[in-house]
Order: sequence, then structure tokens, then C-alpha cells
Amino acid sequence: MNTTENIRLQDTSKGRQLKDKLILGLVILLSLITISPIVLIIGKLVAKGYRQISLEFLIKNTPDTYTAMTALANGERIPGGIANGIVGTLIMVVLASAIAIPVGIIVGIFLYENPGKRLANFTRSLSDVLQGVPSIVLGLISYLWVVKHVTNGYSALAGAVSLAIMMLPMIVRSTEETLKMIPNTLKEAALALGTPYHKVILRVLIPTGFSGMFTGILLGISRVLGETAPLMLTALGSSMINLDISKPTSAVPLLIWEFYNDPNMIDLIWSSSLMLMAIVLILNLISKQIAKKTK
Amino acid sequence: MNSDKITKLVLSLGSFILIIVAAGMVYSLVVGSIPAFKTFGFQFIFSNNWDPTSGKENYGALPFIAGTLISSILALLISLPLSFSTSLFLGEYFKGTRVARILSTLVDLLAGIPSIVYGLWGFYVLRPLMIELGIGSQGFGVFTASVILAIMIIPYATSLSNEIISMVPNDLKEAAYSLGATRLEVIQTVTIPNAHSGIIAGYILSFGRALGETMAVTMLIGNSNKVPDSLFGTGNSMASVIANQFGEADGLKLSALIAIGLLLFVITALVNALGKLIIKKMQ
Repeated sequence: MNTTENIRLQDTSKGRQLKDKLILGLVILLSLITISPIVLIIGKLVAKGYRQISLEFLIKNTPDTYTAMTALANGERIPGGIANGIVGTLIMVVLASAIAIPVGIIVGIFLYENPGKRLANFTRSLSDVLQGVPSIVLGLISYLWVVKHVTNGYSALAGAVSLAIMMLPMIVRSTEETLKMIPNTLKEAALALGTPYHKVILRVLIPTGFSGMFTGILLGISRVLGETAPLMLTALGSSMINLDISKPTSAVPLLIWEFYNDPNMIDLIWSSSLMLMAIVLILNLISKQIAKKTK
Repeated sequence: MNSDKITKLVLSLGSFILIIVAAGMVYSLVVGSIPAFKTFGFQFIFSNNWDPTSGKENYGALPFIAGTLISSILALLISLPLSFSTSLFLGEYFKGTRVARILSTLVDLLAGIPSIVYGLWGFYVLRPLMIELGIGSQGFGVFTASVILAIMIIPYATSLSNEIISMVPNDLKEAAYSLGATRLEVIQTVTIPNAHSGIIAGYILSFGRALGETMAVTMLIGNSNKVPDSLFGTGNSMASVIANQFGEADGLKLSALIAIGLLLFVITALVNALGKLIIKKMQ
């Protein structure tokens, strides 16, 4: 090899190294851009919202427009809070969980116990389809089913049904995935002792897979907590705390939507969003933490 | 023996519930949209005239179908370089390091932010920025909605492609390194060819997410019932027209909105099925 060729080789090598470094820099830069919105969003919410948050904010109902306007005109803090939304969200999420968790776990166990069977494969595909259905369409469905035929009007139950259909596929999937990771020998040992099938499920499968299923449930809850669109078509909203599940009920995301549409209440959107987001993110982090520990 | 049979029955009962729910959804949507399709025929899908004035009511879904597709495709294009870089960061360059763990937690958090909070942030932070950049006098429009949508779908594409990228066998990469390949060349010749179908599936699934987003889009797209005349013009999407006009809807208008819901359901189901099919083929 003569010297000129050698130099040329070194040159291309340098070019390749440089290109390599450039792309690495680009990847790091773009990754930083990707996560910047989360920092910016949380920063904005905290900066704008923390001042409104107090005990009163949590235990009082939303003010009417006139009260808010007067407070604004006098340069005071808007009185009242989002208690009606918090209670409504709690009711609907608990109801939705009560519907979705048992059904989801049963379907998940069914899928795990019948691998390869046609009914199980079909059910799994359907569950996948359900997972992809936009939340607004679930709101329409619950409107057609519950609002029109069960409660004859907007209601917490209708909201809960739409949220339950949303949670269901997530719970099915996490149950099946968790059970798949349990060693078969555990189940076989129980069966060998002559344990009835339902006891194997209740005493072996569910306790062993509990933390995995719990993660799925928490993730499902944190997903539906922030849902607004389906509730607009089903629960509608209410300015009072309402415990009757057949009546229109408010929810924190619904309140945010109302505040957004009412120029007098604008100040309240940040604190309510901050609250909602804090709860959702904490649930998210807890479930991720449990998932990591069980792995 | 008997109790075992009961247990099995209960288990299959669960799956029947799920089948009934899914079948019932399709049934209700189809029945609900019959009046609209009866009145307008298939013209409903291709007509761009949305006029709720009573007496000369006319409903066409084209503006909303166009708005949904354009904003979602644009969102996918914007999110592509970002989520691809992030999945390379997580699954290749910094695989298994603490930085990658932190970054991946942050990206997951992005998926946890409620749609309405994205909408607020878009309205109060992004929209003024758009006005300053001279995009539309109000800052509303397809482009603004797409930017927010892009941020929202990044976690979905990232988590799947990251998973696939980090599954590429190490010995393949090591073989390339031993031949003197740089990291970039390993990515180009080993990682991407091995992982490309998973990466594509991730993008398809995240596209499916974008199609159905409601609140953030409603707050930013401008809600004008016409086919957007440019990427920076205003428009409306299928999900947001349902959310916006549902309150005062009954009769034919309600049926038209349900029909749009049915179309949205069909489109997202097809897109998701395609993504799932690609994943299944890979395994």
C-alpha cells in the first residue's frame, strides 16, 4: 500500500467517524426535544396553578359565573373549588372499576387457560379491537345504551359504562400477560393435590399474579381518570355534588372543560389541571414501580 | 368434577360478555346511523356540505374525514424523527443505562398526561407561538393540532420500536463491529433491517391513536366545518365534531354524528388491525 492510498483510507475513516458522532449528537438532541414538552407542561401547570390550591379548593363546589366574575372584578381569588368534580370522578371510576375488573380478570384467565383455542383467539382479537376504539366512540355507545335506555338521561352510570369499556381490554391484557409468566409447575402442584379448579384460580393463580394484575388495573384507572370526551356525551356535568348514579354528574376533566369555556373561570383551569395531572402521574409512577419490582 | 365445570363455564361466560359488548357496539352504531345513510346514501361520505339549518338539513362527512386524516398524517410525520431518535437512544445508544431509564420514564409520563391538559397547553402556549410565527391570525388550525397530536403519540411509537430495537441479537451487531463498522453503520446495516417491521407497526399503532384523539384536537383545530384549504388552515376532525355538536343534536343530526362515529370506528379498527397483523407476522 503506498502512502497516498493510506492517507485516503484514513480520510474516509475520519469521515465515517465524524458522521457517526454527528448522528449521535442529533439523536441526543432530538431525544431531548421529545421529552421537553413534559417538563414545559408540568412547569406551566405548577407555575400557574399552585396558588389556587388550598383546602377550600378541594372541599367546595364550583362557583357560578357571576360569583367568579365579581371576585375577578374585585381582584380577589375566585372562591369555591372542585369538590363536585372530585366526588363525581371518584364515583365513576369506582363504578367503572367494579364493572371492568371482575370481567377483565375472568376474560384474562380464560385466555390464559385456553391458549390456541378458537374462541380464545377470537376473544383476544376482539379485546385488541376494543382497545383501539376512540374514547369518543365509547361515549356514543354508552349514550345509545345507558343514557337512552337505562337511566333515561345523562348519568354517572352512563359515564362509568363508557370508562369501563375503555378499561376492560387493558385489564384483560395485563391479566393474561401476568399469568403467562407464572411457572406452570405451581399450577400443576396444586392440581396434583386434588385442588378443585376454582381454588387453583383463587388461591394460586390470582395471588401469584396479583402485583402484575394490580399494575394493569392502576394503569387502566390512570388512563380513564383524565378522559373528558366520553363523559361529555354521558355524564354531562353538574354544579353540585351528586351521589345519585342515575343523575348528571360532574368530573374533574369535565370541570376543566367548563372552566376553559367560561372566561370568568379561566383562573381555575390551571389548578384543576394540576390536581388531575398530579393524581394521574402519581398513579402511573406507582404502577410502573410495582411492575419493575415484580419483574 | 362438577365444580370444575362450573368454573370453566364462568370463565367462558366472561369471554361471551366481551363478545356481546363488541357486537353490541357495532350493532348500535349501525342502527343509529341508518337514518343518515338512508337520507344521503353514500353521498354522506363524499359530500362536504354540513348544514344543520332545519328545513334544508344536509350532512356530509368529508370535511371531518379529511380533517382527521390530514391532521393525523401530519402528526405522524412530525413525530417520526423524534420518536425514532428516542427509541435509538433507549434501545441502542444508551441501552440499559441510568440515563435511558430516566428518559424512558419521562416518555411514559408523556403518555399519562390527559388529553384535555395537552389541549390547554396547546391553547395557551403553542397557539401564541404559532401566532408569532405568523401561522394563521388566531393560531388555530390543522398544523397546530398536529403538533400537539405528534407530542401525544410519541410515547406509543417509541415504546414499541424501543422494545424491538433492543431485541436485535447482540452477536449480529458484534459481528458488524468486528468488521470495523462504526455505530451508525451498525444501526444502518444491522439494527434497522432487523427491526424495521416492528418499528413500522409502532408507527401504525400510534397513527391509530392520533385518529381518535378528541379534546386536544377540538381545542386547536379551529372547528370550521370545511375541508381544510391548507395545512395551516382551520378544519374539524371526526372525533371533535361529535364532541362539539352532540349537545344540541337529535333526529337526523344525531344520526349523522353516530354515522361519523361508525366511520371513525371502522377506520381506527382497520389501522389497528394492520399494525397488529405486522406484529403477529414478526413473531
